[in-house]
Amino acid sequence: MTTLPQGTELPRATGPAVLSPPPDGPLLEAADLAVSFSLGSALIARMRHEAHVLHAVDGVDLTIPRGEALALVGESGSGKSTLARALAGLQRPDRGEIRLDGKVLAARRSRADQRKIQMVFQDPYSSLNPRLTVGGMLHELLRVHHVVAANEIESYTRELLGLVGLGEEAVHAYPRQFSGGQRQRVAIARALALRPELLVADEPVSALDVSVQATILNLLQDLRAELGLTLLLISHNLAVVRHLCDRIAVMYLGRIIEVAPTETLFARPQHPYTRGLLAAIPRMTFTAEGDVPAVKGDPPSPLRIPVGCRFRTRCPIAQPICEQQDPALTTSASDPLHTAACHFAFGAAPPPADSAQVASTASPAGEGTRP
Amino acid sequence: MSGGDRVSQPLLQVSDLHVQIASRRGIVRAVDGVSLEVPAGEAVGLVGESGSGKSMTLRAILGVLPAEARVTAGQVLLDGVDLTQLANNQLNQIRGPKIAMIFQEPMSALNPVMRVGSQIAEGPQVHLGMNRRQAAERAIELMRRVGIPDPERRYRSFPHEFSGGMRQRVMIAIALSCEPSLILCDEPTTALDVTIQDQILRLLTRLCRESGTSLVFVTHDLPVVAQVCHQIAVMYAGRIVERGSVQEVLTQPWHPYTLGLVRSAPDVDHPRSSLAAIPGAPPSLVSPPAGCRFHPRCKFAEQDCTVTEPPLRLIDAGHATACLHYERCLDELRTEGADR
Repeated sequence: MTTLPQGTELPRATGPAVLSPPPDGPLLEAADLAVSFSLGSALIARMRHEAHVLHAVDGVDLTIPRGEALALVGESGSGKSTLARALAGLQRPDRGEIRLDGKVLAARRSRADQRKIQMVFQDPYSSLNPRLTVGGMLHELLRVHHVVAANEIESYTRELLGLVGLGEEAVHAYPRQFSGGQRQRVAIARALALRPELLVADEPVSALDVSVQATILNLLQDLRAELGLTLLLISHNLAVVRHLCDRIAVMYLGRIIEVAPTETLFARPQHPYTRGLLAAIPRMTFTAEGDVPAVKGDPPSPLRIPVGCRFRTRCPIAQPICEQQDPALTTSASDPLHTAACHFAFGAAPPPADSAQVASTASPAGEGTRP
Repeated sequence: MSGGDRVSQPLLQVSDLHVQIASRRGIVRAVDGVSLEVPAGEAVGLVGESGSGKSMTLRAILGVLPAEARVTAGQVLLDGVDLTQLANNQLNQIRGPKIAMIFQEPMSALNPVMRVGSQIAEGPQVHLGMNRRQAAERAIELMRRVGIPDPERRYRSFPHEFSGGMRQRVMIAIALSCEPSLILCDEPTTALDVTIQDQILRLLTRLCRESGTSLVFVTHDLPVVAQVCHQIAVMYAGRIVERGSVQEVLTQPWHPYTLGLVRSAPDVDHPRSSLAAIPGAPPSLVSPPAGCRFHPRCKFAEQDCTVTEPPLRLIDAGHATACLHYERCLDELRTEGADR
């Protein structure tokens, strides 16, 4: 088995992915998007008094301006991957609308529309065809989509591989000959081959070792700078997200519950779930000696979403109103970019009685520090 | 942290452990001369990337290596008894009451067709001579201690009825059931969500602190080690390259590989403009490079690094490195500090 040498320098932006001049308005808008899955038979479920419809994405509005890197964070079962697949056209939504450059994307996308949103998947071992060489894979893609003239396919392929830091010898290699990080580079080259407007990366570094993660994160960062790429990054790792993204959307049980620019979210999280999520990140600097976890309990099953606020079953500040009313996303009066779906966000309501506990779980200073 | 009480015999003493795996490509030296001490009541983190030999070291301690792997040299002393010399039936007397293990994937470690409570009660029945009712009471008590709600009812559940976090709580209850002096953890929270990981890590540290149980904690995640462990040992290509207190090793690494690991992971509290990746890939363990195994990827490498294999040497109280030019790491950190 050979391992191919790995280039580190990226060629300058002579760009295979030259973008059209940016029109006004956001690149992508999703409105009231919902995706559900039906599990088993409706009749049997009714006889057993069980739910059989899983609402993976349950009414999501999302806007991505051109050139932005937006992160979608949340735990397993929050619907972040389903939302990404729906945006990329891999999953048909139940309802809602997706607009790209102001134009509504049909449920069945034209080939030209498919091209505009491309995805990079988590596992580079299962997302590449093992029977095709890298060159063969890219050539097929370029022929089918007519991205470049037939006589330019060869040179464009080499240019693409150079862009992701792979040498020309990669053209004739099979995926099994690459390490995990190199496979992810191939997957990124494949996504960029179609000159997409939006790159959706679903946990692109989760399957990789730490030192390799860094090379892929740096590559994504360089590609953004050089190609002006718009990026939607799905990740559960908030350190990765903070490193790469301009804005963060937090998902919980199929809904977006808070959106803010990255630094605002880290400095002034409004939703109790966001605060818990931030406090739960293991840090280099202090120990887990306090006994109170950042967020208590398990997330409820997406088959049985609580009525009212979805987070109330785990929320440290839940009040009767949280059961009666499902809080809508509201915008901060002082910061139009910051929205949160909590009755007590932005000081909108009188602070709940035990807000002291929230403060202590949200701030790292409340934890036992290493002597 | 334990500073002066190093006089007493450590609970676990691994010395010069070698594990080899027969493969088609030759003999893989997965663990190649690892020495490790775990004092009573302390948590030691064993970190490294995939293929560094950290899990093999852990499995060798408990004698649960895969069929094609063998301990070829070295000792594993637990309370003065060499576990590598014991037969399997003798090891079974140790597994449970002396050493327990928690795996990454609880679903594959638990018996899917046995009720959760019975699995927790099994150890006390076999090892502590409890009868069925006593063991069941103990299991329910343990389930309560690890935070499983409604333990009397959940006792009769099967593993598939539990969430990932709850299954890992069951694993912890099983590990604690015979009051072992040492628990080995192999990436116990890697498969869990961050809020659940936080719950499990806090639970594990609290229970071990209360019962004085020692931990060996294998993970690739440095911040997790910082949360749980007192000591840390960094493995690369089958060898320990740096060892010391968690605080010292993570803030003042004395090995370029550790420095690389610390810098390549994004830090959630201190975002940097660019991450410093470690160039290249880990070497083959069939024929590792001569001299220091890290030298082909090391920016501080000199001529002497390619010739002699540097031993792990103690530089400062409790802090050891296997780098011939470890001062370079200090210089680098100092200049970086000045730049900030």
